[in-house]
Amino acid sequence: MEQNSLLTYLILIPLIGSILILFIKKEQVNFIKYFAVGLSTFAFLLSLVIYFQFDSANSDFQFINKIEWIKGLNIHYHVGVDGMSLLLVLLTTFLTPLTLISSWSSIKNKVKEFTFFFLMLEVGMLGVFISLDLFLFYIFWEAMLIPMYFIIGIWGGKERVYAAIKFFIYTMFGSLLMLVAIVWLAVYAIGPLGYFTTNLIELYSVAPQIPMNIQIWMFLAFAFSFAIKVPLFPLHTWLPDAHVQAPTAGSVILAGVLLKMGTYGLLRFNLPLFPEASIIAAPYISVLAVIGIIYGALVAMVQTDVKKLVAYSSVSHLGFVVLGIFAMTQESIQGAVIQMINHGLSTGALFLLVGVIYERTHTREIADYGGIAKLVPVFSFALMFASLSSVGLPGLNGFVGEFLILLGSFQSPILNSWWFTVFAASGVIFAAVYLLWMYQRVVFGEVKNPKLDGLKDMNAREIFVLAPIFIFIVWIGIYPTTFLKVSDKSTAKVVKQIYHPVKVSPVELGLNQSSKQEVKR
Amino acid sequence: MFINFQEFFNLIPIIIVATGIVLSLLIEMYSKKSETILPWFSVLMFLAAGLHSLYYTKDVSIILQGMLATGGNVNVFHAIFTLGAAVVTLLSIDYIKKYGAYFGEYYIIIQTSVLGMMLMAAAKDLFVIFLGLEIMSVSFYILAGMNRKKAGANEASLKYFLLGAFATGFIVYGIALIYGSAQTTSIDFITSNFAELTKNLLFISGVLLFLIGFSFKIAAFPFHMWVPDVYEGSPTTVAALFSTGGKAAAFSAILATLFALFNGPNGNLFTPYFAVISVLSMFYGSIVAIAQTNIKRMLAYSSIAHAGYLAIGLAAGNHDAVAGVIFYLAAYTFMNLGAFGIISLLEGKDETNLDINSYAGLGNRKPLLAGLLAVLMFALAGLPPFGGFFGKYYIFVAAIKSHLTWLAILGVLSSAISVYFYLRIVVLMYFKPSENDFAIETNNNAMIAIVFSVLLIILLGIFPGTLIDLVTKFI
Repeated sequence: MEQNSLLTYLILIPLIGSILILFIKKEQVNFIKYFAVGLSTFAFLLSLVIYFQFDSANSDFQFINKIEWIKGLNIHYHVGVDGMSLLLVLLTTFLTPLTLISSWSSIKNKVKEFTFFFLMLEVGMLGVFISLDLFLFYIFWEAMLIPMYFIIGIWGGKERVYAAIKFFIYTMFGSLLMLVAIVWLAVYAIGPLGYFTTNLIELYSVAPQIPMNIQIWMFLAFAFSFAIKVPLFPLHTWLPDAHVQAPTAGSVILAGVLLKMGTYGLLRFNLPLFPEASIIAAPYISVLAVIGIIYGALVAMVQTDVKKLVAYSSVSHLGFVVLGIFAMTQESIQGAVIQMINHGLSTGALFLLVGVIYERTHTREIADYGGIAKLVPVFSFALMFASLSSVGLPGLNGFVGEFLILLGSFQSPILNSWWFTVFAASGVIFAAVYLLWMYQRVVFGEVKNPKLDGLKDMNAREIFVLAPIFIFIVWIGIYPTTFLKVSDKSTAKVVKQIYHPVKVSPVELGLNQSSKQEVKR
Repeated sequence: MFINFQEFFNLIPIIIVATGIVLSLLIEMYSKKSETILPWFSVLMFLAAGLHSLYYTKDVSIILQGMLATGGNVNVFHAIFTLGAAVVTLLSIDYIKKYGAYFGEYYIIIQTSVLGMMLMAAAKDLFVIFLGLEIMSVSFYILAGMNRKKAGANEASLKYFLLGAFATGFIVYGIALIYGSAQTTSIDFITSNFAELTKNLLFISGVLLFLIGFSFKIAAFPFHMWVPDVYEGSPTTVAALFSTGGKAAAFSAILATLFALFNGPNGNLFTPYFAVISVLSMFYGSIVAIAQTNIKRMLAYSSIAHAGYLAIGLAAGNHDAVAGVIFYLAAYTFMNLGAFGIISLLEGKDETNLDINSYAGLGNRKPLLAGLLAVLMFALAGLPPFGGFFGKYYIFVAAIKSHLTWLAILGVLSSAISVYFYLRIVVLMYFKPSENDFAIETNNNAMIAIVFSVLLIILLGIFPGTLIDLVTKFI
């Protein structure tokens, strides 16, 4: 098979960078910052190279790099991207340098350690999106927990220790069950294939043949792990704690990329590997998704803390993504993919803005603000822009994703009921209520809090961070085709895998009797 | 008795250690500088034996008229014991002076215990197992009470001796019953006629007694009572040896006796026994460890839990299980040695600073030490990309291949519980301010040993294939 090492280089850049940072003296704070931003920007440029070389007319995995890793268990270092993962890889490499710049002045202590963990986090996130071997995937999935745990625990708010532990144990618990399912799946592959394998591409042809009574358990184990990460109602309770306590950069990455690992997992593993179980589970999971949409919105409405409000809005928005995935039409899945990107951009922007104002006032209570429009006009405009994008105003990015998801779920033969769409659509209205109401209370009115006097507007660095995000928010809103066409063929393939799973018999794979006997040994 | 050159050559690892013991005694007796020479001689001797074992794994043979096996995984075990003992020796150099137990015998008794372990792993006859076990155990009883003036150490030593002797009694009685029914103590003969022998109730009772005795030695629930007290009372470096070499040796003896059965139709005979003790050990160890405030006791309960994970492999009883158990033991040995090593550095003169709260703020005070301990805790918790994770993964693969998916699920649930108490140390080190700024004196000898252990854990995690390929070749 043709090898392409670009993805490996992409993952090596932050990995080697973070190890090098350990050898820089911790007093050289500025050098460390420039070094990390430079490296992550370089990684972004490399991911752009991958994007331009990517053939979006091809639904197969591209840029495949496969190297034998653990011979005894048939485990390979096996990476590659298709349209869906490419978009998420771009999101990751795009947000990482921006968040590093955004924390330029807010992270004051232990800059060296922070940068180290942040680059390690990027390694983990990229690894999750490009792994094509379940074992490799699991390694990145779990290893990513460690840096995030430290980022919340060391640089977080008052209740950071509680939030960090909760985040860690929740995710770990879910993923351990997934580990059992991965092994189970790999052992099951011995039957039809004749050997133990964790190769995702091979498992795509094996897993759909698993009898329903086993398939459903495997589906649940995977889904449970991903649902915690998304988070799907009622497994969302770790999210507000983690978001509120994490430093701004942590929240941005958590909302922007980490949550997508859950929805990406559902799309990459659950649907194609266990199509029959997915079809059966789809209505139930969609109900939970819709409950999440409405519940998240209602709880967001009553929050007095801006950051918590944005955190709960994530529960609501991710509910849309899950609904889109389990509606299982091409429109809805395309919508889900673009909505993952949208949520990363708009919620990322909201968290950045909350961070900007918090750094100046050290409060996030809505009641402490009011009337800042006159004091900080640029900030107020930016907050308006990000809020409207999150609300889903036509012409901005949020609208495209939500529209496609609602359209797709309305037509979905699996859900077969327009009630899902009706209730989900109400979430859009609620979003307008909580975000615009928050905006009104923070920005408009008279300045009542004397502490707000002399509030400084956004500086050039902060504008520089947000400007690229806003460019993409408008771009996706006006001309989404640029992005939709990247994932078009891949999502079509997922839909095909659900309804017409490839079922390969041992004969077709060209296996003779001897390899089967080897298994019995 | 005739030994040809090849047999002699294959026996070299054991001969190195045995000769080393004699030479060490002479050094201790006649050299005025024995205090500095002896530990380094000991380390070099262990390294020589360990590297020789690893280099000549392919020389598989049965020597001394069917008494000892050499080569293959026996040599892998030799390497685990000797390299582990080298780490313990390096950790001990400054520790035992601080602890007040510097006697030349200390290093020599570690050597004899390693000789016992090596005999257990190499045994092809039940009597050799017994011989090795006694050499090891008696050495351990002495090591536990190395400082006669400490009441805690005496208690630990006595407790270890009484319960250990009790367990050995089970094993000897079991061997006697097996001999009575099989008329031989040759392991190969017993395993090849296993189906026939199991018709005899006497034989079954013998096997059961033998297994129960070894369940004491691997520290599995419900035969674990001695573990926390002994670990707490013994010198920290000695506890490190108990929890790693001692456990690995007991597992090597179980594998030596049961391994041949894993091939045959009777392999599943022991599944219920090991499944039960593994579930009990995992959960008991993980849950009780949460309540501990003394870090040595916490690691003692964690050691019980790890015995449980390893027992999953024994319950699975297939080829992957053997490879998984050996891999896990290798990883576990160095994870635990590293952790005990760091504890021994922090420990004050009179066994102070053993409370887990002493670790608060370590991340600021000693960044390197805290970083190493954090890696070790994540590794013990079974997180990738460290060696502990891959060991668990392999054992779960084995269990699921033997249709013990439920056992694997219970295993991961117990790991999820255990994350809590390992993580608590990390929380204290990095997220809590220091409460008591006691002096921490590090020394190069111990740091070399700890860094070596941590590097090994990372390498085993990222490139597990090297060891796996080596081990599976001989299964």
